[in-house]
Amino acid sequence: MFKTIEDRSANTVEILVEGVAHRVPANISVAAAALLCGLGSVRETPVSGAGRLPYCMMGICFDCLMKINGQPNQRACQVMVAADMTVERQLGAAEFEDL
Amino acid sequence: MSARVLLAWPLPVKPLASEFAWACWITRRHRQLQILGKDFVKGRLLIERFKQAGGSYFSEASVWFLDEKRRVGVLIGDKSYFVSADKLVLATGAQERPMPIPGWELPGVMAAGAGQILLKSAGMVPDGRLLLAGSGPLILLLAYQYLQAGVKIDALIDTTPQGAMSRSFGKLFGALPAADYLFKGLKMMLAIRRAGIPVYHHVEGLSAVGGEKLETVRFDSGKAGFKKLTNYELPADTLLLHQGVIPNIRLPLAAGCDIDWDAGQENWTVKTDEWGRSSDADIYVVGDGSRISGAEASALQGRLAGMHSALQLGKINNAELEDLSRPVLKSYKRHLSIRPFLDSCYKPSPRYLVPDDATLVCRCEEITAGEIRQAVRLGCTGPNQVKSFTRCGMGPCQGGQCGSTVSLIISEQLGKPMDEVGCLRVRPPLSPITLGQLSEA
Repeated sequence: MFKTIEDRSANTVEILVEGVAHRVPANISVAAAALLCGLGSVRETPVSGAGRLPYCMMGICFDCLMKINGQPNQRACQVMVAADMTVERQLGAAEFEDL
Repeated sequence: MSARVLLAWPLPVKPLASEFAWACWITRRHRQLQILGKDFVKGRLLIERFKQAGGSYFSEASVWFLDEKRRVGVLIGDKSYFVSADKLVLATGAQERPMPIPGWELPGVMAAGAGQILLKSAGMVPDGRLLLAGSGPLILLLAYQYLQAGVKIDALIDTTPQGAMSRSFGKLFGALPAADYLFKGLKMMLAIRRAGIPVYHHVEGLSAVGGEKLETVRFDSGKAGFKKLTNYELPADTLLLHQGVIPNIRLPLAAGCDIDWDAGQENWTVKTDEWGRSSDADIYVVGDGSRISGAEASALQGRLAGMHSALQLGKINNAELEDLSRPVLKSYKRHLSIRPFLDSCYKPSPRYLVPDDATLVCRCEEITAGEIRQAVRLGCTGPNQVKSFTRCGMGPCQGGQCGSTVSLIISEQLGKPMDEVGCLRVRPPLSPITLGQLSEA
């Protein structure tokens, strides 16, 4: 759904998105990386289970909540990617053992 | 940390020659910067100047607490700090005005500002069939920047109501001191026309349609090649929505600053004097965070607040303030002169501010406009009551996204002015913080 406008292969990091290794540009947010990796949705809402993708990219909407390095409820647009980071979709509300 | 003013010392108004040289060099060097243009580089210069002035600059920090005593809770990385100050300048900036259309929660629908952030911060652009919809200068700017980046835009869906342009014509004269803005706008419009992007005007009934994700965008158009279109459908992978920006007033509200509803801009504004001083004389609220005035005017207002607080703290005297502020005030007023024209021209259409019953308003708790109206029928008179009745505004975003829409729906249904309806109360934590981080404060 999104692509980069210039070749950024010089400065990349490897992250694990939904268990699959992806090489993404360094210095981008996790939400940007999720869009670049082509995730159909980054979370499923706790109310209806509908899939969502990031909406505002500026920390207002909370539609990009993901589980990052095992920590749920992270605004993926406010977290930068880092080498060997694990990124998972958040399914519903965070569970107690996750906290 | 000891009490001090959290901002930079006033600096000369005109950028230094070397800064210009640097800006030109850096702009030529990077393709991403070529697309974004000089205005983007100007913002980077402000940060550099702030650092040079000796102020401590913390990026990627979030303010999770603020009270009327000017105690600020800041989270930097995993560490939380409390800071207090004698004078506080809040420059919270703007957020996009929500554009609640049917299907705006579908994957594939994003705010136009999100598209621009992806371009600015990650050098990313949409891939596939792309539609831009809404009204306001940002959507023109984004279309222009996408064209520079070689992105194909399948259509521009303009929701500016019929007659808005001609109604605003009288305000053009007042905008002449800021003619550079008008030329910038014309340049962008011409580029869009030259690129041959189909533009649909006076669009009503805009909706995003799809199952798991966005598939088509449906609308009625008043004028497209002078033919009226009803229930027109365009297939799309990405729809970027925009209908202007509004002040992000959560921090000023937490600090207890008085607000007003501005019927011209259709948003809450923070009451300030020309120095940016709020109803609390020790708290300044500057830039788009108090009233939408644009990037240039915002930076100048920040400088005025800095000068005035320097006077209040006895660092400069009245004569020095007058000397320092005169050129800044002049420039500030020039930049403001474009606003009445822009506000009138791009005033959002009421039908996109107050949606139909079936449309989702609160994206977190998935509350529709119909459910909010039902709560009002049951006796709710304001957004805080609606929140306890429906959970609207109680989700993770704490009403940051839906707040202004909820108040507008209540105002319309009760026929009460916005100042009487009020807005959602803000409560700490103002941004997410874990108990672990909190215990370190």
